[in-house]
Amino acid sequence: MSNLPADLKYTKSHEWVRTLGDGTVEIGITDHAQHALGDLVFVEVPEAGRTVKQDEPCAVVESVKAASDVYAPIAGEITGGNPKLADAPETINSDPYGEGWLMRLRPAAGAVAAAELLSPDDYQKVVAAEGG
Amino acid sequence: MGRKTPLFALHQELGARIVDFGGWDMPVQYSSQIGEHHAVRRSAGVFDVSHMCVVDLKGPRVRAFLARLLANDVGKLKTPGKALYTCMLNEQGGVIDDLIVYFLTESWFRAVVNAGTRDKDLAWIRRHAQGLGVEVTERTDLAMLAVQGPEARAKAATLLAAADAAAALALGVFVGRELGAWFVARTGYTGEDGFEIMMPAADAVPAWRRLNALGVASCGLGARDTLRLEAGMNLYGHEMDENTDPFESGLTWTVALEPAARAFIGREALEAIRARGAGPKLVGLLLEDRGVLRSHQKVVVPAIGEGEITSGTFSPTLERSIALARVPAATPGRVQVDIRGKLLNARVVKPPFVRFGKSLVT
Repeated sequence: MSNLPADLKYTKSHEWVRTLGDGTVEIGITDHAQHALGDLVFVEVPEAGRTVKQDEPCAVVESVKAASDVYAPIAGEITGGNPKLADAPETINSDPYGEGWLMRLRPAAGAVAAAELLSPDDYQKVVAAEGG
Repeated sequence: MGRKTPLFALHQELGARIVDFGGWDMPVQYSSQIGEHHAVRRSAGVFDVSHMCVVDLKGPRVRAFLARLLANDVGKLKTPGKALYTCMLNEQGGVIDDLIVYFLTESWFRAVVNAGTRDKDLAWIRRHAQGLGVEVTERTDLAMLAVQGPEARAKAATLLAAADAAAALALGVFVGRELGAWFVARTGYTGEDGFEIMMPAADAVPAWRRLNALGVASCGLGARDTLRLEAGMNLYGHEMDENTDPFESGLTWTVALEPAARAFIGREALEAIRARGAGPKLVGLLLEDRGVLRSHQKVVVPAIGEGEITSGTFSPTLERSIALARVPAATPGRVQVDIRGKLLNARVVKPPFVRFGKSLVT
């Protein structure tokens, strides 16, 4: 059973979403995802100002073994990537829900409702169904 | 589910993540792939390599058989126990497999071939052994542990009786010998010193636990891959296969064209390839920009052509990305690699990247 903060929403593709006070959201990958990937050695985050569609690949996390896409959970405009990850990608392994956040995004109108994000319980079922 | 080695239940008990490798359920990592990698560079680690296929070849004409079967020359093996790294080629000069062969007696040689190529290798070996009276026996009764790292030999030797331990520690590089029921060889696939030990399957779990108790880290196939790549060693199916020849795979040094009279399988094709000249070459790449080199990424050589990465990874020792790549013969010292549509800069270097814990590139 991996660690799933109750105040976050989740996706089937193992991202988490935190609602910030200013109308933007913060996005990262789950503890389950970082554990499955193993030691992260390189992260590519999107540039501020880029517009992304829901489910569009917009960041890449690379472990020693492989590169994996991270998908936009919600359509909108990127407001920034986490600058610390360029020098310290392993932050995602050590603190996936905090210092290891990947990017922030301002959702497009109606995009949050369209995103059908998962509760912690529903995400846990997704993980269990994958044999995790 | 795939095939399992005698250590499978222990891997599960130790919390390993299990993956399919060549039809076998093998541990890819226990805790941290990078941690396991550093354990081998700095002290010692143990790998389960029981999936590899040990084949005993016996008969009065076994040396003549191997002189025809293998691209390297078993005539170089003059001292019992000495090993030879070689390719086994098809008639077109393509690599069926790379393997190690040990000379034990004039009527007994032992080969160790890759797990993923076991069936085709055995079929090929048996087909060519016919008529020479060579008996081909797959040693499925044996497990194999690779104990690697600067402290590996001293620690592994404590598993043996005193006289055998002294004999094991006296083994020269690339030499093996039988010590009781075990066959201990000073070989490996990491760029560090160490042993590969073949033993009866029932001995494997107690041996592994004793090594762990001595501080030897359990290591998975993930660390094995980053270690071999830092050491500049080829992996079958990546650097070479049946459609590539040894010359374009960095394996020219393993092909014995002398003596000219030795007729080995693939020789005629290799001589024709050599006469044509200027085929592609295998080089090392060091990424100068941020990112990770991966197999199948395109290498761009301005004004000359293109190549392809055969294996790439993040190097835990160098803390940057390294790769092996097949590129045009005229490739100079700098190239670019296409990573997700961006051209990143890489420097061409001569492998190995790391040897005995030390970086060989700057």
